[in-house]
Amino acid sequence: MKKGPGLLERSFDIGIYAVLIFLVVVTLYPLLYVVMASLSDASQLIAFKGILFRPLGFSLEAYKNVMSNPGILIGYRNTLFILVAGVVVNLFMTALGAYVLSRKNVIWNKAFMMIIVFTMFFNGGLIPLYLVVKNIGLLDSLWATIIPFSIGTFNLIIMRTAFMGIPDSLEESAKIDGANHFTILFRIIIPLSMPVIAVMILYYAVDKWNGWFYASVFIKSRELFPLQLVLREILIANSTDGMSAGADAGDRFQMAETIKYATIVVATLPILCVYPFVQRFFVKGVMVGSLKG
Amino acid sequence: MQTRKPKAGTNKYVRDLMLNKYLYIMMIPVLAYYVIFHYAPMYGALIAFKEYSPMKGILGSEWVGFAHFKDFFGSYYFWRILKNTIVISLYSLIFEFPAPIILALLINEVRSKMFKRVAQTITYMPYFISLVVICGIITDFTNADGVINRLFMLMGYDGQAMLQKPQLFRSIYILSEIWQRIGWESIIYIAALMSIDQEQYEAARMDGATRWKQILHITLPGILPTIAIMFILRMGNLLNVGFEKIILLYNPVTYDTADVISSFVYRKGLLEFGWSYSSAVGLFNSVINLVLLISANYISRKVNKSSLW
Repeated sequence: MKKGPGLLERSFDIGIYAVLIFLVVVTLYPLLYVVMASLSDASQLIAFKGILFRPLGFSLEAYKNVMSNPGILIGYRNTLFILVAGVVVNLFMTALGAYVLSRKNVIWNKAFMMIIVFTMFFNGGLIPLYLVVKNIGLLDSLWATIIPFSIGTFNLIIMRTAFMGIPDSLEESAKIDGANHFTILFRIIIPLSMPVIAVMILYYAVDKWNGWFYASVFIKSRELFPLQLVLREILIANSTDGMSAGADAGDRFQMAETIKYATIVVATLPILCVYPFVQRFFVKGVMVGSLKG
Repeated sequence: MQTRKPKAGTNKYVRDLMLNKYLYIMMIPVLAYYVIFHYAPMYGALIAFKEYSPMKGILGSEWVGFAHFKDFFGSYYFWRILKNTIVISLYSLIFEFPAPIILALLINEVRSKMFKRVAQTITYMPYFISLVVICGIITDFTNADGVINRLFMLMGYDGQAMLQKPQLFRSIYILSEIWQRIGWESIIYIAALMSIDQEQYEAARMDGATRWKQILHITLPGILPTIAIMFILRMGNLLNVGFEKIILLYNPVTYDTADVISSFVYRKGLLEFGWSYSSAVGLFNSVINLVLLISANYISRKVNKSSLW
């Protein structure tokens, strides 16, 4: 009598652990593989036919090639600019809109809200947007990946909801002290909404860091390529030739493999180092977003 | 803040405009952004009904009515990309949508706190890797002598360049989506699970319910509202297939199963400069999306009493 359910319980537990361990391995192994392959000796990696469990030989050659590639460095620099300038623009514009729209008893705000929310459901399409960006003269500039995306409408709504939750009395007293709207927004509202601001910074920053599509549409000059476009050339279009200069054709073919993996590591490691520290904010962000449903 | 009272009898909108003028001045950049980058492109979508020429501009170009639409509906591509868009969307609804729910249920059943955290942290790690890198990894692993093929070869199969096989494209797309998003998307369900009243479980245990029965009768009903909301949101986005990933992964050999409306718009418009034609296709996509969203919202309001508006 006692043993029956105990056994059932135990096999239930074993089953759950088995599935989860399988999932963890399947998730982690590809990432470990990339690291191991990047540290391997190129010719040994090409010849190898089994499953990797440790680097084959040990060589930092690929990393040397990647780090001395001007494309990667330029990519990093451009992405950094897009990230910093972009997030500043995003935050400023989103906060501005969220503040005005969170004011109660302002008649026109209802109309503004409708104008804004409608854009979430309908858009003119890629080609007309391209024509607008072209006509404004933003084409082929880093700002083309920033200004046309100044506000994420969903983020604006989340921020507005947060601002609406702040008690009116605080603003009233500031007004009596002669504060104008700008002061109220930047001295009172924003400092009181730091959790939401942090989530917004993360959302926008990830967007900017990962973005490649609009950059590929709007930017043609190579010296303006953000990191992700450089990566696309190396990883998807398979052009590592620039990096293995000096090697003969055979070596170059072999080296291309390890260079690809090293590139992935160099481009992803910074994010994976940061994410354990920011993940709790992301989790909070998911909650904030889900409240709106 | 009524320092100067506006004249009585003025229109209330005008009065409000004067009363809150500083607020409205702050709103100008925001509205300008929406007008320029959202509404101007909607106006620009007019070129779908014209033969756009950059020299003549949007207004000056000649009207051609529905010619581009007719062209598109009558073309060989129409059924192909419509079918692909719908099939890929449905597949992701059927296979990708339940995956994070299952993961959340599994993690919820684990008693060791340590293992719980490790499993969670690792499964949502891939979410932080950029799409370009993910697609780079996919391309490489599915190569004729890539890791996945080596695994198959150990089991006695032949290696093949998987991304060159039209019949494998959708599986690769969906499986890699699950791989990247399962952990991240499970967060919301795990949060919902944590808010279930623990006393219910105790009562059930007293009644002799097995763990499986507890899941079926307490846990699942407990997160059903969350599942329903996520499902509606997903429905409204049905045709917004992740075309960025498709553009990174597909090639002419796999167009047959991989090409969707948005990737077609991108190719015809930006790579082949068929601006008017491509705008017509894009407009078609936007309209379908709008209709789908409105219907999903209508249905959910009737059935579920939860809706977006």
